[in-house]
Amino acid sequence: MSTYSLITPSMRAAVESTTSVGPCTVERGAILRFARAIGDPNPLFNDEAASRETPYGGLIAPPTFLRSLTPAIPPLPDGDTVPRVLDGGSAWKYHSPVRPGDEITAVTRLESLTQRTGRLGPMLLAQYVTGYTDRQGELLAVQQNTIIRTR
Amino acid sequence: MKPQVSFDGVRVGDQLPSLERRPTAQQLVMYAGASGDYYQIHYDPEFAQGQGLQGVVVHGALKSAFLGQLVTDWIGLEGRLLELSARYREMDTPNDVLTCRGVVTERWSERGQHLVRCELWIENGNGVRTTTGEALVSLPSWS
Repeated sequence: MSTYSLITPSMRAAVESTTSVGPCTVERGAILRFARAIGDPNPLFNDEAASRETPYGGLIAPPTFLRSLTPAIPPLPDGDTVPRVLDGGSAWKYHSPVRPGDEITAVTRLESLTQRTGRLGPMLLAQYVTGYTDRQGELLAVQQNTIIRTR
Repeated sequence: MKPQVSFDGVRVGDQLPSLERRPTAQQLVMYAGASGDYYQIHYDPEFAQGQGLQGVVVHGALKSAFLGQLVTDWIGLEGRLLELSARYREMDTPNDVLTCRGVVTERWSERGQHLVRCELWIENGNGVRTTTGEALVSLPSWS
């Protein structure tokens, strides 16, 4: 068994770099479509009138809605050398709910790259952290995401 | 509307009401569109097989959304979801029945907040835990 590195110099150089998306205005229709797609009938995510009567005072987005603002596969230099991509998981911290009209900027930082050997042979684990802030600069949520890439 | 769960009534070991979901191929396409995740392993069987998979697989993030629903259904309008995590341990395939479950592992109060931590997981139709995770919520207290 040879041990070779999947991590190219360009990849290595990208660690701790950030990419930014937005600001994007959250559309009511996008929230409704997302709630329907995940099949969650909660009135908070689906019913403007009903959600107005709740402590939230109006429609809010489902907890994972912010995924729709950023690319599903975060950018990685030389990514085509490890084209098979799997999502390893996410960890969210929530500070404020996302509402229609919010103007959100998502900043994703590549935290680390590590190589491991798994069922599929050598694999690259890329850890990303994305912070989502509104126009006032208030942090709404943070997502940690692990992306697994193999040859 | 179901009664609001309160911190006072929650004990370590309590199970969250389970949630059954059966994602269809159509739902995966809807999720791809709504989330912007157009990675072909979620709707193109030939592409998925070329990637070494048996066929198309359920988006991990859709399974996170199911776990989110499990928790937000439970905490109701007065509860707040503070943290939600999921690790995708095994692939799930469309039309399998996925059962989302949770159990309370910790409860404490600090700085006026009444906090509850839950272990979460999704079982496929064979009872395998394909996804595991955690949630941290705050709940209202009547006392």
